[in-house]
Amino acid sequence: MKRDYDVVVVGAGPAGSMTAKWAAKNGAKVLMIEKRQEIGSPVRCGEGISRSWHNSVGLKLDKKSVAWEVKGAKIVSPNGSSFLLSEKMAGDEVGIVIDRVFFDKLLARDAIKAGSDLQLKTSATKLLKEGNKVVGVRVKSMEGTRDITCGCVVAADGFESQVGRWAGIDTSLAPRDITSCFQYRLTNIDQDYDYCEFVLGSKAPGGYIWIFPKNKDTANVGIGMQLSKLSGPADVKKHLDKFIQGDPRLRKGRPLELVSGAVSICAPIEKTVGDGILLVGDAARQIDPITGGGISNSCKAGKVAGEVLAKAAKANDFSEKSLTRYENGWRDLIENNLYRNWLAKEKLVTLSDETFDKIIATLNEVGVDKMSTFAILKAIEAKYPELVKEFQEFL
Amino acid sequence: MKKDKLDEFEVDIDKCMHCGACVGSCPQNAITLREVLIEFNDDCNLCKRCVKVCPVGAITLVGDD
Repeated sequence: MKRDYDVVVVGAGPAGSMTAKWAAKNGAKVLMIEKRQEIGSPVRCGEGISRSWHNSVGLKLDKKSVAWEVKGAKIVSPNGSSFLLSEKMAGDEVGIVIDRVFFDKLLARDAIKAGSDLQLKTSATKLLKEGNKVVGVRVKSMEGTRDITCGCVVAADGFESQVGRWAGIDTSLAPRDITSCFQYRLTNIDQDYDYCEFVLGSKAPGGYIWIFPKNKDTANVGIGMQLSKLSGPADVKKHLDKFIQGDPRLRKGRPLELVSGAVSICAPIEKTVGDGILLVGDAARQIDPITGGGISNSCKAGKVAGEVLAKAAKANDFSEKSLTRYENGWRDLIENNLYRNWLAKEKLVTLSDETFDKIIATLNEVGVDKMSTFAILKAIEAKYPELVKEFQEFL
Repeated sequence: MKKDKLDEFEVDIDKCMHCGACVGSCPQNAITLREVLIEFNDDCNLCKRCVKVCPVGAITLVGDD
């Protein structure tokens, strides 16, 4: 059967662009659609990423995409004491603060150069199906409403993903697996701009507050709180405002930008493919449950998705069985880590301020040479086993 | 204030950031984000998770304070 495209990718964030790029590069006919009028905007991100993974997905950051580089991470306990992690120790968590407005465009440009088509201000409104098989997508754009036929629709439509749900894939989340976020880009602040700062404890119940420098006197100052720990309306914003007012470095700051949103912090979901459908990125709930970061996982999964889709196009087989290679591929890369970090998150959200204080004090006392859950727990266990008894299964 | 189809929730358009936190959190998939406004459909069962998850407190159930 003649189809308009092999692959239609819904959403041109990092997951979508990476999928489109690797599918097109390997010969598939790809269209990417984006509901917004500009790639990368509005930003919904803290913008802190690590350096270590770019090569593995064939990504070269340009100057415009990098806003600031830091030497490491500063972990701040509820009583205000802090533990410094060099970038080497912090591993995958920190290193670069990017500019998503440029970063997302860089990725979209890579996809276009690889041969993918892209249309802005174009929303998916429903999936076209033959039985349970997805065979296309209805879109609304400036040109009106039209049906596009394809071998596979890729759901890269983010946290609020509709496409996966339309295809009958369960992406629903429990309240404990959702983080509600608010962020200011604050300027006119004092800060230790060599570090990305993470504030733990009851200032951000079930989550953390972050201060990620964008330049010397400007930073993304944000908060994520577990939905199950929220009480009244605007609880998230109120917690962040209270924190900023209580911090003399930040109090005189004024916002250049407001960002709100939510992030999944769940265990890996059971299924991310079906006949003619594939989920990637936030839409596939591939977010790190501890940090809430999703860019590296999205890029890694997107590359696998693109490569599998190109093979599917060559074989003219977009069945669930054919796309299972993607399911297995992304799980091989990141599933263990997602699951382990979800378990760790489930424990972390139960810790009291006193325990966080003790853990930070202990880390300063014993030191750690590597920022991994395991290394940190081991270091603490050697000195104060009672502090980490909750985490026995990791040791 | 813009009243939704169900007339049960009010969305304060002065507060709403159109961020989709409520959309992705809704267990019934009963909320849609239309560029600069959100809409509820009849699948809504008034669980009020959207009220809680909204980072800026833009959604209220009519009659609730």
